[in-house]
Amino acid sequence: MANETIIRAIENAQKRTDVPRFRGGDTVRVHAKVVEGGKERIQIFEGVALARRGEGIRDTVLVRKVTNGVGVERTFLVHSPRIDKIEVIRRGSVRRSKLYFLRDRVGKAARIKEDRNGRFADK
Amino acid sequence: MSIKGILGRKVGMTQLFDEEGKVVPVTVLAVEPNVVTQVRTVETDGYSAAQVAFGECRVDRLTRPEQGHLRAAGVQPRRHLREFAIQADATVSVGDVITADIFAIGERVVVSGTSKGKGFAGVVKRYHFHGGDMTHGSMVHRKPQSGGATDAARTFKGNKKPGRMGGERVTQFGLKVVRFDVADNLLFVRGAVPGPDGALVEVTKARRAEKVKVRVETVRSSKKK
Repeated sequence: MANETIIRAIENAQKRTDVPRFRGGDTVRVHAKVVEGGKERIQIFEGVALARRGEGIRDTVLVRKVTNGVGVERTFLVHSPRIDKIEVIRRGSVRRSKLYFLRDRVGKAARIKEDRNGRFADK
Repeated sequence: MSIKGILGRKVGMTQLFDEEGKVVPVTVLAVEPNVVTQVRTVETDGYSAAQVAFGECRVDRLTRPEQGHLRAAGVQPRRHLREFAIQADATVSVGDVITADIFAIGERVVVSGTSKGKGFAGVVKRYHFHGGDMTHGSMVHRKPQSGGATDAARTFKGNKKPGRMGGERVTQFGLKVVRFDVADNLLFVRGAVPGPDGALVEVTKARRAEKVKVRVETVRSSKKK
């Protein structure tokens, strides 16, 4: 078997099948498993996906939310077993895949139009 | 069977999630069954080892002596032959098949191979010299500069100069076996392994497994303080 085929098979076997389709601009709710004091619980992180990065098993999503006026960004490995599930709350209508310009915007300017008819839906 | 090593082919690197969900960088090695072609014993050779064959190939790719050697052992044509130590009391005979399950998960192994050839490399790449400024009027970008003392009136042997780099035997010690798969003949080793994808590698058991483990633990405890 060719080297690449083997690697791809190993990676595909680890990929999750329950990952919804989403892209930069969508609002997502990530249920992450966290271990606190020897106990495991689920922590929810909801915000705008700024960027989707990597492909296959290395796929990550950068999620931004504003808490108490402070911007918080967290990167999640989309296929990690440490993630319980990812929910797509709202589809965004955006024309680029990386939305780093949102960092410089506050309040009303940081809004994203909703993609109601799936015009910007991914692939 | 207690043979201490196996031949394999580097497939490439990828990542695995461990049971904690952490990402582990791994190198995948294809270790199609190795066949024992000759047994060296203390009585006949002065040491005990097993010669194994790896890598199926066409008969006409081998020299006539190689063909005869393999035919005598009753083995299909194989590209590579290598010797691995065996325990003196071990019973290994010609025709035995060695698979990835000679290793245990978590065991430390040593991987040897031929590193990627870098060609004629400068001193910055080859010996990690710092080099000079690229700007600010510097004319010393990646030059080697001084060749040594001037009162010696010669350069000393072993002076670091540009030249051929890579393409030599490199051994990586203490890599951990993360997973193995006998059905698909795959061995997963944590970390990087010398050579390009597709290259021949030798995987042997770490000689001082326990010592390596102790060293790791002391590093951890000192970090905590």
